[in-house]
Amino acid sequence: MGRRVVMGMLGLGAVGVVFGRQLNSAVTTTINATVPGLGQVLPAAGGFRIYTVTNGYPEMSKADYRLKVSGAVDQELNLTFSDLETLPQTSMTKDFQCVTGWRVDDVPWTGVLLSDILAVAGAKPGATALAIDSFDGAYTESLTMEQAVRPDMLVAMSMYGKPITREHGGPVRLYVAPMYGYKSLKWLSAIEVIDEVIPGYWEQRGYDIDAWIGQSNGRSDEPV
Amino acid sequence: MQRFTRAQRYVHRSLAILMFILIATAAALYIPDISAVVGNRDLVKTIHSYAGFILPIPLVLAFFFLAFRLDAQELNRFHPRDWAWLKRQQYSVEPGIVYPTREYGKFNAGQKLNSAFTVGAIIVMFATGLVMFFSSLFTDDIRTGATFVHDWLALAVVIVITGHTYKAFSDTQARKGMRTGNVSYVWAENHYPEWVLAVAQPEVHPADKDQRDDQNKSESNKDPAQ
Repeated sequence: MGRRVVMGMLGLGAVGVVFGRQLNSAVTTTINATVPGLGQVLPAAGGFRIYTVTNGYPEMSKADYRLKVSGAVDQELNLTFSDLETLPQTSMTKDFQCVTGWRVDDVPWTGVLLSDILAVAGAKPGATALAIDSFDGAYTESLTMEQAVRPDMLVAMSMYGKPITREHGGPVRLYVAPMYGYKSLKWLSAIEVIDEVIPGYWEQRGYDIDAWIGQSNGRSDEPV
Repeated sequence: MQRFTRAQRYVHRSLAILMFILIATAAALYIPDISAVVGNRDLVKTIHSYAGFILPIPLVLAFFFLAFRLDAQELNRFHPRDWAWLKRQQYSVEPGIVYPTREYGKFNAGQKLNSAFTVGAIIVMFATGLVMFFSSLFTDDIRTGATFVHDWLALAVVIVITGHTYKAFSDTQARKGMRTGNVSYVWAENHYPEWVLAVAQPEVHPADKDQRDDQNKSESNKDPAQ
């Protein structure tokens, strides 16, 4: 009997691995239809999984918030939260895809396009990359200038129509729509315009620098 | 009287410690509110992975010990009385002789199912964990499938282990048996009378005797000519 239970579990496990993708979306759909809040508590039920590389989440009030833009620019910026609010606002509703496989569909984001901020600062011609820092003190990211000026690169200040919460990277985070989630740096504090890409935190630990969804990290997810 | 040998207790203890590390690190990786407090994702991930790699080792080593193999055999054997125990029914071998549902060998049906579940869970969690660790070797579908199985089975494991621990904490003697290896005669007599009997007279194990009787009966039913 014991052996049968073990074999049964191995069988179920194998079926689960092979049909996991379909099962996963079926389970997620069912749970969201029946117990809507569960995804927030049990990430397997389809919600965001909250990642942080430092000890806990850093905290910063809107009043204290500053975004520093420096490096190869005509004018260094030190933007407050309300400075960001006075810049043109852009909204987009797009998926969030993590490189570990989970995806949250149709997340409404609002903020300032990265290209608008770079235009205000006046990035010098010849500058080819951005080094982006988080005020968690550890996380960093990189983008090429060509990628940064795309119309789906957002300095996000709101998510689901509400201010971005602390665990999601508030008050201000990056949302890099066409790339895997690790590009969407949380707790954004500084953008430096430089002339060479410096690999970011997870990129130094093996992830691809150009993290296009479906075309990097050995994955074939549907692009966002 | 002795219930578990030193080797068995060390196997149990190492599995328990590793399982505790795995569940604690899993919680820190997985539950948003705990991730918030613990953070250090890279470190926690590394600890979780290596504890997972080590987990099956005590189980494999255990099979070098006779006492463990004998108990494993016993745990694997499901007697009709075990079904009766699960259904909380009385089991009667023949008219007039009724065993109360509490009467069984060294382990009850719940312990048998728990051990089988745990072994199965360790193998499945180990295999799906390997897929997640060496993710570049697998396709997206397999990776998503492995994550799916790993996530949901983890939840089942936590529930079963909580039950297992709860049961242990509600019985001092059972816990002492796993800690020191020995249990009191009174407790054993009370909980596992047939096991006490089998230890006293190893050649007439009542469970085996019943099974033989059952087999004889069913064999003679099958072939009346004999």
